[in-house]
Amino acid sequence: MTGFYTLFHKELLRFWKVSFQTVLAPVLTTMLYLLIFSHVLEDHVQAYPGVAYTAFLIPGLVMMAVLQNAFANSSSSLIQSRVTGNIVFVLLSPLSYREIFLAYVLASVARGLMVGLGVYLVTLGFFEVPLHSFPWVLLFALLGSALLGALGIIAGIWAEKFDQLAAFQNFIILPLTFLSGVFYSIHSLPPFWQSLSHFNPFFYMIDGFRYGFFGVSDVSPYFSFAIAVTCFLAVSWLTLQMLKTGYKLRH
Amino acid sequence: MTPAIEINQVYKHFGEVTALEGVDVEINPGEFFALLGPNGAGKSTLIHILAGLTLASSGNARVMGHDVVTGYREARRLLGVVPQELVFDPFFSVRETLVIQSGYYGLKKNDAWIDEIIHHLDLADKANTNMRALSGGMKRRVLVAQALVHKPPVIVLDEPTAGVDVELRQALWRFIKQLNRDGHTIVLTTHYLEEAEALCNRVAMLKQGKVVALDSTQNLINSTSGASVRLRLSSDTLPAVLQPLLSSHDEGYCVLTVKEYSEIEGVLAALRRAQVQVLEMQLLQPDLEEVFVKIMSSTESQEVA
Repeated sequence: MTGFYTLFHKELLRFWKVSFQTVLAPVLTTMLYLLIFSHVLEDHVQAYPGVAYTAFLIPGLVMMAVLQNAFANSSSSLIQSRVTGNIVFVLLSPLSYREIFLAYVLASVARGLMVGLGVYLVTLGFFEVPLHSFPWVLLFALLGSALLGALGIIAGIWAEKFDQLAAFQNFIILPLTFLSGVFYSIHSLPPFWQSLSHFNPFFYMIDGFRYGFFGVSDVSPYFSFAIAVTCFLAVSWLTLQMLKTGYKLRH
Repeated sequence: MTPAIEINQVYKHFGEVTALEGVDVEINPGEFFALLGPNGAGKSTLIHILAGLTLASSGNARVMGHDVVTGYREARRLLGVVPQELVFDPFFSVRETLVIQSGYYGLKKNDAWIDEIIHHLDLADKANTNMRALSGGMKRRVLVAQALVHKPPVIVLDEPTAGVDVELRQALWRFIKQLNRDGHTIVLTTHYLEEAEALCNRVAMLKQGKVVALDSTQNLINSTSGASVRLRLSSDTLPAVLQPLLSSHDEGYCVLTVKEYSEIEGVLAALRRAQVQVLEMQLLQPDLEEVFVKIMSSTESQEVA
């Protein structure tokens, strides 16, 4: 336990020591999205009847911040350690691959939740957002950040250099989050794009998370939950296999 | 007695390249062991396999009886490795680095031992300095300290003195010798053969992934034929009877090789008979470097043949 706890603690310190960049900057960026989109679209878009566009937008942006920062945490920590070579200190230790997995995922969850909470608290100062069911909100935030934390491990191990990691982030993670219904309800999309959105796992996480705020969603939160859990288990299994076999870590 | 390290028929292929070809080495507890060989001979690969940083293609390795793959947690607890590359975590100070490293090994309250290592490696002034701000030599000391946080019975140092100043080299070896006297097994790779000769009781030489020599340091040195004597003579020409012994001749000095020191008496007698005076005389001890060069070049010619 001490070994796992130490690595977890080290991973927390790693982002906390540069929290301007890892926590405050994403909170600010997300607030800018919110101010600009709500200013431009408030009067033009109504996603759900009776729900103001800004209120609709906030949970989506919060979840997007949670997901992106959870991914950024494990992936950038791993690639930095690998490029600079200090990953060797973890690899030389008797830490098991499960402990390494848990420590990186939980640190990602911590950063994701911290940024998400930061965005949420700041928005509360300016806008009113209902809170229908806190357990659903928490559940999707935890699942989403854990899933992206695990994906971050995969990306951080797979990428040989920062350029490849940036490609993973910009060509996979970013489009999936932007096209997941953060800024719109997928019911507003043409039928083709609507059905395509159903193949995007991020859509279910955002939709379920939003259900926690409004009690309204595009699909049932139970269904979204099932999809999110399935994705998390599948990605975790893959990540654990990579760590167990030492893929790209132990040549 | 369980060997400190056992390496059985280890092969390692990187694609087409064979880095290790059936290496067998056994190192007993308490030994001070040198792993020598030119660059690319496979020394680091072998150490990486022991440390679990690389997986052997076939064969197995054990640390104090624990297989490095199937019993990796126990094997890694018993092993401390100083890596060759100067790596560090720029987020932390020296002390933080050592506390974190202890934690990885499951040690919560390790401050007394950390203080001791810091003291022995002369890191006290820098204990709270961020790793980024340290000089190369200081970073090297921290790497050594990190390998020792869990008091491993087996310590492996991969070229610990490459590019390190005299002061640190001496301090480092004092500390490592102390650890060896306390019963720790030490395995060392180095390109400084005089270091290996002075410190290590046994030596393995690797060449192109194969062990080409494995014996006690003394036996290896004795294995080179005879001794040499370096002479400056009053005459430039060597008596004909001594010509077969001449191994080199330059700048007024001749080096004669004899099988045993007792033959030197005959050499001196021959010189006296030829009325040649000895102006200077120096006995040359064979050393590990000579053995190393000889073994490396002889295996080369074998391969050509």
